Amino acid sequence: MTQEIKLEEIFQSRIDNGEKIEPKDWMPEKYRKTHIRQISQHAHSEIVGMLPEGNWITRAPSLKRKCCLLAKVQDEAGHGLYLYSAAETLGITRDEMTEQLLSGKAKYSSIFNYPTLSWADIGAIGWLVDGAAIINQVMLTRTSFGPYARAMVRICKEESFHQRQGYEIMLGLAQGTQAQKDMAQDALNRFWWPSLMMFGPRDEDSPNTAQSMKWKIKRKTNDELRQQFIDITAPQADYLGLTIPDPALKWNEERGHYDYGEIDWEEFWQVVKGNGPCNKERIDARQKAWDDGEWVRDAAMAYANKKAANRNESKTGS
Amino acid sequence: MTNKKEWPVWEVFIRSKNGLEHRHVGSLHATDAEMAIENARDVYTRRMEGVSIWVVQSKDIVASNPEKMGELFEPAADKVYRHPTFYNLPVELKHI
Ligand SMILES: [Fe+2]
Ligand SMILES: [Fe+2]
Repeated sequence: MTQEIKLEEIFQSRIDNGEKIEPKDWMPEKYRKTHIRQISQHAHSEIVGMLPEGNWITRAPSLKRKCCLLAKVQDEAGHGLYLYSAAETLGITRDEMTEQLLSGKAKYSSIFNYPTLSWADIGAIGWLVDGAAIINQVMLTRTSFGPYARAMVRICKEESFHQRQGYEIMLGLAQGTQAQKDMAQDALNRFWWPSLMMFGPRDEDSPNTAQSMKWKIKRKTNDELRQQFIDITAPQADYLGLTIPDPALKWNEERGHYDYGEIDWEEFWQVVKGNGPCNKERIDARQKAWDDGEWVRDAAMAYANKKAANRNESKTGS
Repeated sequence: MTNKKEWPVWEVFIRSKNGLEHRHVGSLHATDAEMAIENARDVYTRRMEGVSIWVVQSKDIVASNPEKMGELFEPAADKVYRHPTFYNLPVELKHI
């Protein structure tokens, strides 16, 4: 017991000194569990996040747009894989994580439970959703757990193209015909509030924040990150000539930040609990991919085992 | 279904260009070495990050124990004379 307390003290002082924690180092059980949960949910978000955008790959308006979107979605698959392997260093298996996603035990970002109804949604997602993700992920490059921080550095290098391709789509539509402008505005209307929800509950409703800050898992609070996103994004909307669907959004000279209206937290919790517009569709798609892929996974393993056995046989035979 | 038939984990090392060493970049799952290299190509070199890939099964890596860090590395801590700054030479001396 006292031994455990001593170890925790040493651990905390390492964190306070800005040292990184590596997988084989001693860590409090709660630090391990929190990381397994957070990293795996982050990984699931990357993977499920491919679905709304994948919906438009075959219908992209030009070959150029199709190549860009395909490359972006492929990157998201890569992000999921970097993160799954970071989580695996803490002792959870890939299959366990998949099980937790499919059973609903593990969550993923609620933003991916909204549908992509028009091509402009692809622009809005790249601009807003990847934009919000970048704010969070840049912070996480300095997180205390080494493998997570390293995955974030790699991911952040790749994200900036995602956001720029999204904004370029919005720019094209905003400078287009009235129908195209309307489409862009409609996408902004639908994705604005869910993007703000990506930063999670208000600080006063986020009981885990204090511990996460102490362990330097997070370096900024939900509300700080949300404010940072709004301050960056509002002028970008102005540049497009589009209107952010929040009548309370206004520059506050005194605070040096934008003021903004109340988020519909009831909607947020509904989507988190599984009642968003696409929750069922997303999990069904992942379940189908998992089930349909089973024979491929088995066959590939059987083939590798057979090849290895043949090699051994020919070695001993000669 | 947990871990009944999960593909083995491989560690991936990439040489970013000739003249530099291979560096550990992360891990992935594959059934054999050939597939591990192909997967590493797709996962870790989508933007020309490499000219050469090494893969090794994670279970074959032998690592030092972080709890024994002291006995392994501390002996070097008090050997300041291994560093050039330990030696007092006149400042007017050049190229040394
Ligand atoms: Fe991503
Ligand atoms: Fe992205």
